[in-house]
Formats: sequence, structure tokens, C-alpha cells
Amino acid sequence: CRQALRRVAGPEVDLARAEREHQLYVGVLRGKLGLQVLELPADESLPDCVFVEDAAVVCEETALLTRPGAPSRRKEVEAMKRVLESLNLNIVEMVDENATLDGGDVLFTGREFFVGLSRRTNQRGAEILADTFKDYAVSTVPVHDSLHLKSFCSMAGPNLIAIGSSEAAQKALKTMQQMSDHRYDKLTVPDDAAANCIYLNIPSKGHVLLHRAPEEYPESAKVFEKLKDHMLIPIANTELEKVDGALTCCSVLINKTSEL
Amino acid sequence: MTTEAGSETEVKKDSEQLGPDKAKDKPEEASETPENQKSRETSSEEAQDSSSVPVPTSQSSPSSQKKEKASPESKGISRFLPPWLKKQKSYTLTELKDETKKRTTGEEKVVEESECQTAEGVAQPKKSLEDAAAENQHNAKADDKEEKHSVSSAETQVCPAKEDGKETEVEKVAEEKEGKQEEKEKRETKEVQTAEIKTENIPQKSPKKYKTVQCKVMLLDGTEYSCDLEKRAKGQVLFDKVCEHLNLLEKDYFGLLFYENSEQKNWLDSSKEIKRQIRSLPWIFTFNVKFYPPDPSQLTEDITRYFLCLQLRQDIASGRLPCSFVTHTLLGSYTLQAELGDHDPEEHRSDCISEFQFAPNQTQEMEEKVAELHKTHRGLTPAQADSQFLENAKRLSMYGVDLHHAKDSEGVDIMLGVCANGLLIYKDRLRINRFAWPKILKISYKRSNFYIKVRPAELEQFDSTIGFKLPNHRAAKRLWKVCVEHHTFFRLVSPEQPPKAKFLTLGSKFRYSGRTQAQTRQASNLIDRPAPYFERTSSKRVSRSLDGAPMGISDQSLLRDFPAAGGQAAGDKIIDIEAAGQAKLKEGGREEDGSPVKTPQLELTQDGKSNSLRVDGENIYVRHSNLMLEDLDKTQDDLLKHQASISELKRNFMESTPEPRPNEWEKRRITPLSLQTQGSSHETLDIVEEKKQAEVGIEETLDIDETNKGKMQVATDAGETCKVEHLSKKDSSSLPSDSSSSSSSSESEDEEVGEYQPHRRAIEEVIREEQEEKEDVKRKEHEEKIQHVEASPEGSKLNVPVEHTKVTAEDLVQENAVTIATEEKNLSEEIKQDLSEEKEEEQLKLNGDVSHVDIDVAPQIICCSEPPVVKTEMVTISDATQRTEISTKEVPIVQTETKTITYESPQFDGSAGGNAGVLLSAQTITSESISTTTTTHITKMVKGGVSETRIEKRIVITGDADIDHDEALAQAIKEAKEQHPDMSVTRVVVHKETELAEEDEE
Repeated sequence: CRQALRRVAGPEVDLARAEREHQLYVGVLRGKLGLQVLELPADESLPDCVFVEDAAVVCEETALLTRPGAPSRRKEVEAMKRVLESLNLNIVEMVDENATLDGGDVLFTGREFFVGLSRRTNQRGAEILADTFKDYAVSTVPVHDSLHLKSFCSMAGPNLIAIGSSEAAQKALKTMQQMSDHRYDKLTVPDDAAANCIYLNIPSKGHVLLHRAPEEYPESAKVFEKLKDHMLIPIANTELEKVDGALTCCSVLINKTSEL
Repeated sequence: MTTEAGSETEVKKDSEQLGPDKAKDKPEEASETPENQKSRETSSEEAQDSSSVPVPTSQSSPSSQKKEKASPESKGISRFLPPWLKKQKSYTLTELKDETKKRTTGEEKVVEESECQTAEGVAQPKKSLEDAAAENQHNAKADDKEEKHSVSSAETQVCPAKEDGKETEVEKVAEEKEGKQEEKEKRETKEVQTAEIKTENIPQKSPKKYKTVQCKVMLLDGTEYSCDLEKRAKGQVLFDKVCEHLNLLEKDYFGLLFYENSEQKNWLDSSKEIKRQIRSLPWIFTFNVKFYPPDPSQLTEDITRYFLCLQLRQDIASGRLPCSFVTHTLLGSYTLQAELGDHDPEEHRSDCISEFQFAPNQTQEMEEKVAELHKTHRGLTPAQADSQFLENAKRLSMYGVDLHHAKDSEGVDIMLGVCANGLLIYKDRLRINRFAWPKILKISYKRSNFYIKVRPAELEQFDSTIGFKLPNHRAAKRLWKVCVEHHTFFRLVSPEQPPKAKFLTLGSKFRYSGRTQAQTRQASNLIDRPAPYFERTSSKRVSRSLDGAPMGISDQSLLRDFPAAGGQAAGDKIIDIEAAGQAKLKEGGREEDGSPVKTPQLELTQDGKSNSLRVDGENIYVRHSNLMLEDLDKTQDDLLKHQASISELKRNFMESTPEPRPNEWEKRRITPLSLQTQGSSHETLDIVEEKKQAEVGIEETLDIDETNKGKMQVATDAGETCKVEHLSKKDSSSLPSDSSSSSSSSESEDEEVGEYQPHRRAIEEVIREEQEEKEDVKRKEHEEKIQHVEASPEGSKLNVPVEHTKVTAEDLVQENAVTIATEEKNLSEEIKQDLSEEKEEEQLKLNGDVSHVDIDVAPQIICCSEPPVVKTEMVTISDATQRTEISTKEVPIVQTETKTITYESPQFDGSAGGNAGVLLSAQTITSESISTTTTTHITKMVKGGVSETRIEKRIVITGDADIDHDEALAQAIKEAKEQHPDMSVTRVVVHKETELAEEDEE
């Protein structure tokens, strides 16, 4: 991850610490939550390979293999493809060379998709996503000031959108609200980065929310802590954040009762 | 078909509006026969009542009524025209002049209509009679309508039998005319034409009358329902029959579709006559879900859900409702459960399953998956399976979304989706915007543009209006209607009343007339019957007959063929066809009725005679103009007439408007005419209006620039022109006639426009009142007008000179030449269509104009300056006889051509000596709006001691295919008439120049 792409030059990534944080992340998913976690082998030739989210969008039985906006990341998809195929998902590949799509720009609310049109994701990519998931409305949201749509928002509950407080984030939220036939609740957190959290609905555990640790974003953590119905699990992500990594970036959630 | 109903309505309108006209008509009618014969001889001449001698009312009234009724053909145009034109057909002295002028003016005239109004003076006494007659007519109309249906059967279109005979004649004539004229509506034309028609028809008359037409309705289960309907039956009748056949009570979610082609589907308006909506299309309909309930579980009856399921299965199988593979299989499995019951390994083999269509592209894998899922549904009853099906289907993002192709302001292809919650904007498959109903302040369309006015966003202060470009005018209107209906159905507790029918307003008055979802739910709660038994038919058939494609195909072929033959608008043809079809059917026997498509009818349409008929349509417009005649100078008789006309107007007003405003009328009646006329206040009002218009015009320009490129050369703001005209008017004439022009101009704009404001504002009211006042003033004025309307589109020129000539005691003849140039070749076609559809609506539309002023939508402004006219009493020497000469053959639409249609009123026999008069004054005024250029020539002549004022208006309508030429033409004529109520239209020359047949407009 040392040479991971980054939007702005910043402090060096403490690789060891990043490693620990990531292991904690996996440990929570696997150990604490009892999820089956498939880890892709690290590939040093692909410095961004830890951010598996961008390589695929999985919804129900269908997986769309993306065509990441950064050319250096295109190869990440191959490893992802192999794993998904092993899961018996319907695989759709994005072969159009004019299309780019990063999974980080795709927000699935459970009812519909929002696709951020960013430097990594273009209209054509969004169209292919819409073609792939025909049941759902796919609305586009312009994303200007951040890497991905989910750099400042995510789902924090079945009908709850966590959103950052920045102007860009709020504007994007308004766009999403206007585009949707559905009314979402919103959870506004002071820090955009903290708005990226991982929500899981696990039969045995109920609502589970992985959010950034209070040490990182104390104000935002307070907001999360008001969610009484959720099992809250703070997770630190300080190192990967230096290379624009967020919590959701490091995993692809697949809802499948697998026989594996 | 439209003819009967149209005729009746027309008649009503005519009678109402034209008190004096009626008188004229009567005499005309009496004289009609001879004249008619003449017209026959002339062949091209439209049936104008040439009789100059006023016939005693007793006879005249009925006859006139009949005649009027008969004339429904002309309805399309004639609506606009005051009924008298038709009636007026008796021409005054001016005819000759007009004709000459017309000829001169109508350089490229295809059709000239000349209507001469005999001296009004004569008419006055008659007026009273006429009024009575009119009333009688009204009554008769109502009766007739009923009778028509019943009688109509007997009548058989061709033979006018007595009352029916009139109508029938009219119809026949209309048919012929339509064929020739291609004008929008039959009713009006019928009226006008009646006389002519009679002549023509008489020979043709065959005792056959038919009342009924067989219609076919494709049902959701793939079966076909057919029944016989009265030709003039409204959509509701058929719809009720179908629902009864289906045993469906919760029917408000459903509707009947007819296809113009495979792409363009139209909802049958249940409040309007079928024949007027489908025109020449075959009477084939498709029963479909119109409003998809967002929560099907709230439907009361299983049978309703069943039909919804059938609809959705069609939608899915046809690809209209996209689903993922998983959803296809799941829904398919519920379908199997509902239709086959529990999975039976022996019965339900794969080949059995493959007979169902679950998806547009069905694969073996999918079928296997379906079968697999089917097994899991064991135990579900069909109703439960349907419910499950719906629960899954309703979540699909495109569930209940009615898509329309459009372009955004930058010309990018998008789709507009109308749904229960609002308007969705798609680019490709991506949703790029959404406007929930509460955010939308107003929906409107103009020409092929569709506009929504949106509430300002939180931080914004101003409403914004967003425009979309639809493929054509009809598509824009269709979208607008769908929006109005969806908004009303899903958002309102009860339907909104149609806009008040203001006198001269043009905008579409369309409103959703059915029950809202709230109402239908309420009603459904009262359903108290055991769950009806119904048989679920296999969806196999359904899937194969999706979309009523076969129907569409047939329609298309018909459409194509007809226009080619007629060379004119398909709409017109349609009308003709219908009428002809009726006649033929009657003749041929009813066996043929079953097939709405009647080739023989088409043939009829093509007959040379038909051309003359077309003229009548224009006459219809004249009606309006007649409505208002009042001069300070008027004699007692005139005053009486005026009163009568006012009362007529009032009556019309009342009838047409759900919410009549009698007060205004009352005021006017009470206040001394002189005051009204003189009032400077009126002028002020006018000016205000003008300004507004001007603004509007500018806006339009912005939006429409593309369209106008061709001839818009003179690009002055319409508003400015209007002002100029008014000024000139004022200067020249002491009479406050100007106001009328202004109002009329504003009104004219509306035709093409429909507005719908989810949230009403009061502002409009004020404006409306102003207009009304103006209108009144206008009415007072007596003028003889000759209007020439010439339209020359870039590629093609359409010149429609309309001349109205009235001979007053003082002999004022004004000629208005209106030249409208449009790119579109088929003015008549468009007009016909529009008129036919909107005949009734037109009055309403007038009202709509006011709203336009407020709104962003820019109406077209056709400004006609009123010549300074010294008002004189209107003495109608003779009834106006309309002759229509179709100077040019109508060219088949194909390829570049110039069509000239000339409608001329017959020469008035009684008219004073020829053209050799002394020229008193001449004036030329030119005004321009975005797409129209209006040149007005005003000449005053003194002939044999009689002064004539002749107004020639040349309206050039330039535009590309997007412009609805017919409407533009109709508006122009209408305006001209409205502006010069006292004048009669003696000639209408339509000159169309079209590069190539552009049938696309349709």
C-alpha cells in the first residue's frame, strides 16, 4: 500500500500500523460478527488493491465487475472476478472501454442506487450499472471535491444516510433527496470522512455499525453513539485514510448464504 | 363520428355566439338550396348560405339550425369563426371585392373562402328570430344528438334525413370537405358546409343512416371484446361497457388506449366523443392500466389486482418494465402459481413453461429457474400469488412510469417519466432529475415544447421554468395531459374543475375528469359484492399479443395511405374517413362496421367535392367574430341585435364554462354601450396586456429560436408590434377597437398551449377580466373584414387569406389579409386534428391565455391591427353565402409543393356595384411575432354611396416541423375574426410551401 494513489500528498503511511488496523477490521467482521471473510491475496504490483470495494458492486445475486477510473487499478478486478465466480454470483463485466466506475462511487440504499460522477466514475459506467441492476433506479450525483461519492456518505441504517457536514456533502445529499421517490433519514456528522461507515444487518446481531473511532473523529463519534438501536463498533482507519481510504473501501459485502 | 356531435355543438356555439348571424343564416338557409346548387356547380365552392333574403324565422330557424348542424364539418376552423360566417355565407357586396382582393392577395392561394355577410340591418330583425332559432337549435341539438344516435342509424351519413338529414348531410359534406380541406374539425365545417353539403349530399343521399360503429377492444388477457357503439358515443360509454364486460368495479385505474402508430398511444378521453379523438383511426382500442397504484395491496378486489397483474406481465414481457434476471424468474414463478396452481411435475414440464413469456429475452436458464421457484410457492392461491407478484413488481423502479421521449434544452435526448410521485428525467437509463408533484407549480406546453415551472429551491428566490422539447406538438400535448391526469389522480382529493371557459381564451381546457385515487378508494370501500369469479387465462396469449402491436400496425398503414392520397393532414383525413366510413357503412351494411378501417371511406374523402367542404371549417372561426358587434352608431335594431348577441355570448359562456362569470356580462349589458366603447380605460388595459404579451413573446423567442429561423427575419418583439398596432389603431380610429385586437392576439397564442397549474394563483383572474372587457368593446364594433391568411413556410408556403366581408348600411368593408407561413405543409391537417380534438376545448383555451400571460410560456402573438374604422351600423343586406372555391388541387403531401387553398364566399348578388369604388383611405400595418408576420391592409372604399372597409390580412407563418401550422392558421383566422367581429370573412387563402412532405408532425 505504500505506493497507493493519493489525491494529495500527505504524511507517509505507517505500514505496520495500517496492517494492524486492517487486521482489526477483518477481525471484527470475521470474529466479532461471524461473517465469512474472503481475503484477496495482496499484490504488491497493485498498490491500491486493499480497496476492494472499487473493483466490484454486488447486489443480491449479481456482481458487476467495474472498470476502475484509475488505469493502474484495472488489474485489481481480475482477482476480484475469481473470487466472485467462486461464489456463484451472476457476474457482469464492464467491458466498455469508455466506461469507468469505482465502487466507491456507488451508494446502494437498499431501494436504489446513487452513483457519484467523479473523476473515477463516468456516465457510461453508471449506465452499465443501471443496465446490470435493472430493478433499481440509478440516479447520478455529481461529485466534485472528493474522491468518491462515499467519501462523505454511506448508509448507516436501513433507511439512514450518514452524511458529512461539508458543503459538498450537503449538496450531494440534497441532490439525492430530490432524485429519490423515497424519503431517507439522515445522520449528519461533523466530519466527512466519518460519514463513511459500514452498516450491516446481521440476523443474530441486529443493526451493526462500524464507524470511525472517537480518537479520530470525536465529534462524529458522539453522533454515532446516539444510535441506540445499533451495535456500534468503532474502528480506527488512520493510516489508510492518508491514501483516501475509508472504511467501506476495504470490503465488499455480499449477502449470500453460501455453502462454502 | 365527430360529425354529428360536432355539428350539434357547433350549432350551439353558433347560435349562441351569433345572434345576428342566426338571422342571416336563416335566410341563407332558405336560399341555400339554390345557392347550394350553385356551389355544387362550382363544385369547389363551399356550402355557403347564399340567400341574401332573410327568411321568416319560423322556417328559417329550424332549417337554419339544421343547416348549422349540418355544417359541423367546418367545426375545426369554424369553431374559431363565429357561427355566422357559416350562416353569413350570404355574401354582401364585398364579395366581389373580397374575391378580387383575395385573389390578388392570395397569390399562392390554395383555397379561398369568401363569406359574405349580407347587410346586418336585415339580419337584425332576423336576429331575434335567429336567437329564438338558436335556442331552438340548442334544444334541437340536444335532441338531435340523442336523435342522431338513434336517428343516425336511420340517417346513414350520406342521406341527410330531416334533422338528421342536416347533420348527416353535414357529415357527408364534412367528409367530402374534410377530404379536401383536411381541416381539423368536422363540426364547424359541417355547419358551414351544410348548405353545400346538402346540395351535394342530396344527390348522394342514400337513405342509410348509421348510428353505430363496431369497436374492438383488446383486453389484457389477450382476448378481444367487440361491441357496437353509437358513432357519437363518448369514451365513457365504451369504457363502461368494457368494464362491465370484465366485471370490473375499480375501474378508475384503467383506461382505453388507441394507437396512432406503434409508438404513440393516446388515452381515450371518456368525457369526449370517441370519433373526435380517434379521427380516422380504426375503432380499435386497448384496455390498459392507466394509473398504476403504488400500493396494489390497497386495491379492494382481487379481480382488480388480477388485471393489474396482466398489465404488468405485458409490461415486463415487452421490456417496458425492466427487471433483473432474478426478478424475472421470481415474477414468472408467481405467474405460474397464479395460472397453473401448485407445481405438478407431470403437468408442468419445461415445454409447458416455455409457452409463457416472462421476459423479453427468455432463456432456458430462466425457465428452469422459474420452475424451480414455482415449486416453492406451493399452496398459494391464485389471488395470493397475484398479490406476491404485485408486491415484487411495485418495487421495480420503472413501475408505473410512463416514459416520453424528449430533448433537454441542450438538445440531449432524454426521457420524461410520469409517475404517481411526479416527473422523472432520465438520460439513457440513469435518472438525472426528478420533480415531485409538490415541487411543480405549473405544467404547460406550447407547440412541441413542454414546460414545468418549479418551486424555487431552498436558497433560491425565483421559480424556475424548465423546458423540454418533444418530438412534435402532439407529443407535447400528450405528455401534458398525462401529467395533468397523474397529478390529479394521485395528488388531489377531487378533480380540479376545468379552467373557466373564458370567452376568447384558447388554451387547452383539458382536465382529468375521472375519479382520483382518493375517490376511487373511497368508492371501493363501498364495494359490497362477493368476490366475483373470474377465470385466469393463460398469460401465454397475453405475452404474444403485447402492446396491441397489430393494431398499431394497421393504424399506421391507414394513416400513411390516407395522407398520401389527400395530401393533407392525416387528422383531416381521419375525420373524413370516419364520416365517409359511416356513410359507407350505412350504405354497405353494417357488416363492415366491425372493421374501423374503411378503405372505401377513404375514397370518398378524396373526392373533389371535399375541398369545398374544408372551407366551412374556417367559417367556424367566424362565429366568434360575430359575437361582438356593437357600435355607438348602431340603430335600435343594431342594439337589439347586440343585446341578442350578448345574450348569446352569455349563454355560450355559461355553457362552456363550468364556472361562468355572469357578472361581467351583466355589467356590460347594463352599462351603456357608448361608455364601454369609449372608455379609455379599455385602452389602458389593452396596453397592459400588450406589454405582457410582448414579454411573453420575447420569452418565446428565446425558447423557440430554432424554430423560427426560417422566416423570422423580421424579428421584432411581438409585444412591440402589438403596441404599434394599437397606437395606429387609436390614431386612425376614434373607436376603441384596438383593445379587441390586443386581446385577440393574446388569445390566439393559446391554441397550442395548454397550461396546468397544480397550484392556482389569483393573479390570472384580474387579467381575465381585463380581457373580457376588451372583448366586449370589440364586439361593439361593426366592421367588415376581409382576412387573408397566407402561410408560407420556409420550405412551403401556406397562404390562407381569410376575408370577411360584411356590408353594413354604411358599407364598410374591411379586409384582413393574414398570411401565415409555416414550414409545415399540412396546415389543414393539423388544424383539423387540433380542432377536432379541441373543438369543445377551444373556448376554454381562450381562457387559458390569460394564464399564459402570467406564465413563462410565451404565446405566439399574432397582431392584427384594426383599421381605423368609423363604426357604422351593420346592415345585412343579404345572408352571407359562402362559396368555397378550391382553386388548387390539393397536392398529396409528398414532396415539395405549394398548396393554395382558397375559400371564397360567393359573390353577393345583392352587393352594390362592382369594385369600382372611390378609395377613401388605405393603410398597411405590419406586425410580427416570432413565427408569424402579419400584414394588414385596410382599404376604405366608397361604392355607390356605400362605404366599404376591406381588411386584408396576410399572415405568414414560418416554422419548422415543430410548428403546428394548422393551429397557427386557425389562430390567425380566429384572431382576425375576433378582432373584426363585424366583418365577415370573405376569403381565406391558404398557401403552403413545403419542402417535402413532412408527415412527421403527426
